Amino acid sequence: MTLSDLHRDDWARFTPRQRMQRYAMFLLGALAVGWALGSIDVIWAWVWDAPVQMGDLFGRMIPPDPTNLDTILWVLWETVNIATIATAFAVLISLPVAYLAAQNTTPNRATLWLGRFILVSSRSINTIIWALLFVAIFGPGIVAGIVAIMFRSIGFIGKLLGEAIEEIDKRPVEALEATGASRFKIIAYAIVPQVMPTFWAVSILRWDINLRESTVLGLVGAGGIGIILQGAIDTFNWPEAATVLLAILVLVILGEIVSAFLRRRIL
Amino acid sequence: MGPAGTGRVRNREIQMLKITELVKRYGSGDPVLKNLNLTIEGESVVSIIGSSGAGKSTLLRCINRLVEPSSGSIVLNGTELTKLRGRELRAARRKIGMVFQGFNLVDRLTVMENVQSGRLGYISTWAAVMRRYPKEDIRRAYELMERVGIAHYADKRADELSGGERQRVGVVRALMQKPEILLADEPTASLDPKTSEQIMGLLRDLAGELKLPVLINIHNVAEAKEYTDRIVGMRYGRIIFDDLPEKLDQDAMDKIYSGSPAADRAGTPGEMREAS
Amino acid sequence: MSTARDTWHRPPFIANPILRWAVYLGVGVYVLWTIATLPIDWARVAEGLERAQRIFGGAFPPSFARSGLLIDGFLESLKIAILATFGGVLLSIPIAFMAARNISPLPIYYLGRALIIIARSFHPVIVAIIFVKAVGFGPFAGVLTLVVYSIGFVAKMLAERIEEIDFGQVEAMRAAGAPYLSTLFYAIFPQIMPRQIGLTIYQLDSNLRASAVVGIVGAGGIGSTLANAFGRYDYDFALAITMVIVGVILVSEAVSGQIRKRI
Repeated sequence: MTLSDLHRDDWARFTPRQRMQRYAMFLLGALAVGWALGSIDVIWAWVWDAPVQMGDLFGRMIPPDPTNLDTILWVLWETVNIATIATAFAVLISLPVAYLAAQNTTPNRATLWLGRFILVSSRSINTIIWALLFVAIFGPGIVAGIVAIMFRSIGFIGKLLGEAIEEIDKRPVEALEATGASRFKIIAYAIVPQVMPTFWAVSILRWDINLRESTVLGLVGAGGIGIILQGAIDTFNWPEAATVLLAILVLVILGEIVSAFLRRRIL
Repeated sequence: MGPAGTGRVRNREIQMLKITELVKRYGSGDPVLKNLNLTIEGESVVSIIGSSGAGKSTLLRCINRLVEPSSGSIVLNGTELTKLRGRELRAARRKIGMVFQGFNLVDRLTVMENVQSGRLGYISTWAAVMRRYPKEDIRRAYELMERVGIAHYADKRADELSGGERQRVGVVRALMQKPEILLADEPTASLDPKTSEQIMGLLRDLAGELKLPVLINIHNVAEAKEYTDRIVGMRYGRIIFDDLPEKLDQDAMDKIYSGSPAADRAGTPGEMREAS
Repeated sequence: MSTARDTWHRPPFIANPILRWAVYLGVGVYVLWTIATLPIDWARVAEGLERAQRIFGGAFPPSFARSGLLIDGFLESLKIAILATFGGVLLSIPIAFMAARNISPLPIYYLGRALIIIARSFHPVIVAIIFVKAVGFGPFAGVLTLVVYSIGFVAKMLAERIEEIDFGQVEAMRAAGAPYLSTLFYAIFPQIMPRQIGLTIYQLDSNLRASAVVGIVGAGGIGSTLANAFGRYDYDFALAITMVIVGVILVSEAVSGQIRKRI
């Protein structure tokens, strides 16, 4: 139905060349879906059976079992701490990285590329993969989780902050250069105030994301609520798994409310 | 009578800026400034007029080295500015105040912080970051703000002020440096006519009170004539007029603005580009 | 002449001093307390550093010897991403309409919002674990997971777009007595289509990224290959896989950015 709709859309708004490009794009899309469907390695009998299996699984989750609720809540609090501490450290570390990675503040080409390299490697490797590595180094537990989340967040915060630094109004910087202020003071007076709103917004946003990320660290042994979830699933204790899932849902929604409040308050 | 109650003891030497054979060339193109010579002595208010592209702004920015001159010499009170590097350059810049067309304030800082940023070259990094300004600087800031009529805004954020008020903050910031010369790059171009007159009047009065030479780029010839002691006319990187305001007659105007869009404003039909 | 003032303090961010100090104190206590109670086992960390050396030692140089496995893993990730994007976007459209306040009746609106919130709240890895348990290991669990993941993002953005549409056209259609579906086709789809295409391409890119992760818990694709290599201490192969993942993600990000810029 989307295709037929586009057809109607096309005649009014696009030149024939654009229309051809659009057709080509949709054809390409259809071919890609066809190729993926035709060659993916799935057992189709399982696919047809999936709704039944899902129904069965969710059936076994009801009613959720609250007997371990106090432990669950305590570990949930620990999960919040992981997210918060990791975000705080990541923010601190990402400041100099953003400074290096922004074209208008970086001292020279080499530092620019160093900054960008840090950002790219941090951002491209997912938290879970970082967690795998740090569990191997620090052993299972929340330290590995904090470091993993931190490593992933540095790239995210640093990239957005770096872009904010590149987009600042350069006129105050010029004015302070003209007063004979040193480099560091120019940063403190002309650049920092301008990126402050972005700084807070990005930190809050990343905290919100990290709250979600920290719920899965436990699945690779890096602490937090994921450990209890994994335990419940491994022992087929579906009612308890359901409690954990509900707890995570509430946590994430609360996190979103808190970050929305902070954003309004600070910006 | 002390100088305008600013509590400031200025040496009685005559301030002097001497520019010789100044050349500025961007890339490989035609130079923007062509062997320019200009001397400013005493506490006069000097305006530079000329159509856009004449090199006014480049000239001003060469003086405090926001733009790097290609060759030539600029001497301010015995210091050769063109050869300075790093710390020495920053020390020299402290003696040169600058006021900008776009005010160039930090919007999210308070008026007081903006004003104190003129002192950044003098105070420690710790004091700057913690906003622990020396008592003397705060007193001076209040006095200057009082003088230009913005003292009651000290705690307001700069972006809450009107254009004229913002420019007053810009002027106070420059004066906080205790400059030996004040540069103003189109200080009134972003303001409405009435505010613009006020700011020009303020600059003229302050120059007298503080015994401070002021060099103003301006496109409004009427304001230049009314508020300044001497007019320098620039055209294509050269000075082609340099005299008292009353000597700026129609003939001189034609020479300064001919063959440029500003010719209309000067009230003459654009004549052919003269070979200069 | 006014009295000379020689003190000035920056107006504090929180005007009420009691509240201000309470906030500072609260934050300080929280940070100190959490850091102090972190169960860092320094002996284990010291041992871990040795282990890290072994891991990095084993990882260099990265081994591309089993590049066949690597390519298969990637193709599978790509297939998972394509199918999940297709299914996710398709499902997102009705859900987005349900969750658009200006179109749906209240109960349906709440249902739509609830679906989106649930899909957004759970990290794909958690969703993947559940699907792996329900439908078994392999790429099918991965596709289902990323369908949910796609709904969380695409349906949310699309619903917001629908809420912003110019309602004059819809009313004109309704006034002309057009049936509900025709209203959708003629008045709303043309307005949301450009956004939809951009979102789809963005989501394909996201899904490719995410598929590398959900594989770690058994949902197929390159992530499974990576988890296996890690589990078997083949650190050199694991590094090779990670490097390729990073490369592919960078390329995919650049391509999707380029395409979205052109639309």
